[in-house]
Amino acid sequence: MTAVDLAPGRTGDTRPAGALNRASAVGLGVTMTWFSLLVLIPLAAVVATAAGGGIDGFWRAVTNEQTAHAIRLTVISALVVTAINVVAGTAIAWVLVRDAFPGKALLELVIDIPFALPTIVAGLVLLALYGSDDSPLGVDVANTGTSVYLAFLFVTLPFVVRTVQPVLEEMEPEVEEAAASLGAGRRTIFTRIILPTLTPAIAAGATLSFARGVGEYGSLVLLSGNLPFESEVASVRIMSAIENDNPAAAASIATVLLIVSLLVILLLDVVQRRVARRA
Amino acid sequence: MPETRTAHRSRGPVAHLLRFAVIAYLFLLVVWPVSLVVTHTFENGFDALRTVFGDADTVAVLRLTAIAALIATAINTVFGVGISLLLVRSDFPGKRIVSSLMDLPLAISPVVVGLSLVLVYGGTNGWFGPVLEAGGVKIIFATPGIVMATAFVALPLVIREVVPVLQEIGTEQEQAARSLGAGPWQTFRRITLPSIRWAVVYGVVLTLARSLGEFGAVKVVSGNISGQTRTATLAVEEKYLNWEQESAYAIAFLLAGVSVLCIIAVSILRARADRN
Repeated sequence: MTAVDLAPGRTGDTRPAGALNRASAVGLGVTMTWFSLLVLIPLAAVVATAAGGGIDGFWRAVTNEQTAHAIRLTVISALVVTAINVVAGTAIAWVLVRDAFPGKALLELVIDIPFALPTIVAGLVLLALYGSDDSPLGVDVANTGTSVYLAFLFVTLPFVVRTVQPVLEEMEPEVEEAAASLGAGRRTIFTRIILPTLTPAIAAGATLSFARGVGEYGSLVLLSGNLPFESEVASVRIMSAIENDNPAAAASIATVLLIVSLLVILLLDVVQRRVARRA
Repeated sequence: MPETRTAHRSRGPVAHLLRFAVIAYLFLLVVWPVSLVVTHTFENGFDALRTVFGDADTVAVLRLTAIAALIATAINTVFGVGISLLLVRSDFPGKRIVSSLMDLPLAISPVVVGLSLVLVYGGTNGWFGPVLEAGGVKIIFATPGIVMATAFVALPLVIREVVPVLQEIGTEQEQAARSLGAGPWQTFRRITLPSIRWAVVYGVVLTLARSLGEFGAVKVVSGNISGQTRTATLAVEEKYLNWEQESAYAIAFLLAGVSVLCIIAVSILRARADRN
């Protein structure tokens, strides 16, 4: 019927769906070639360029006082913001799943906005509320370290909420009811039953939130002012190195971020496998 | 303690406090700031939007943004559905690693994405760039670079929607179709595709939203030449820094509008799918 009908009438083919047939072998070749050209080779080029200056060059680039400060600020703010997200995200997921009130569907929508909103727009609107002379709140954190936290909080908002929410939805209230009928108080139910079930999901959301924070760029360009030793983050340092035509330094800082990201991915993988095993 | 039996259903003071805190937090962090893009854009009625659409350069910016986003979305859709099928339905060496690598773009800074592409496809010093440019293919500082940067950043979105659905529907129907004589393509088109249709649609919409709004990676690879390689997000930065705040807000409003519409579309579709 169709041109690509490779094996018409192959009745009785009881091969498991797993075996690679010719079509999927070609598909695998094409997709992996594209993936290599788009992602793997370019990332290898980053590492190779960083290594090209030798270990000395790499070390000099990342321990440059200004760069080291930027990396430290980035990692610390990402950690703090992730800690806030763990609490706030779990609370938000809890309210979305267990509470009922008019307008709840609207909150669902609000959670997704930071994920879909262009980061430059996020920076612009945060600036309008928290960083301008005519701020309706009378607050001005523009060009300070605080603005980095604010931007990170905005862009990482959905991660913990969206990983915790489905787990919370699938939890059976019967277990909690049983615990309650056996005399467990609210606090005991929360720490002994709810929290352990949610922990892997919270961890998964936290790693995503941390990785996103570490690499964040767009929401900061207008908001943070990128002041050295004050509000300059790692990705901004990379950008200035690129603009100053110093790809080796840019690649060195990028490699540090890549290593951090890779560690985060590995952690996420371990966590997810543990979740799968438990389920 | 019989009163605790339905602890989680009672609406005690704690539940109310939590609800209030969550609403206040989301209002201060998201709703209020985002609403300001609307008020700033329409401060002088439709003047700001009229200025934006009256400026040939800005219209070119918007057109380029749309074209690059559509191409990147098309590529990621085909690639995403293909790799999802392979990851769920076949076995090949290194599958676990490939599966983990697919999430890599989520954890990489957009600036690093841009840098990585420049290092390979840059016209003067890139690994492949000089050869490609000698052959007449310009990638960095041109539209292909913008498309690649966008495709890189948005890569996992289709996969993350389609893989769970493929895992859930299983292979029974596909095997039945195969045993009745359907070829792989026919099975895909008649059985697999209809069951992953909505997941693909969500993935496409999310990819489109992400593609239209990509900033950091595009900033590195595009060269930001007005009328040629400047995209909408770059124009927002440019206009804001050049004291054309009204135009900056107007373009930001258009971008925010599209992304919010995308989220609304997905949530309506999901709600409908849940009901069925």
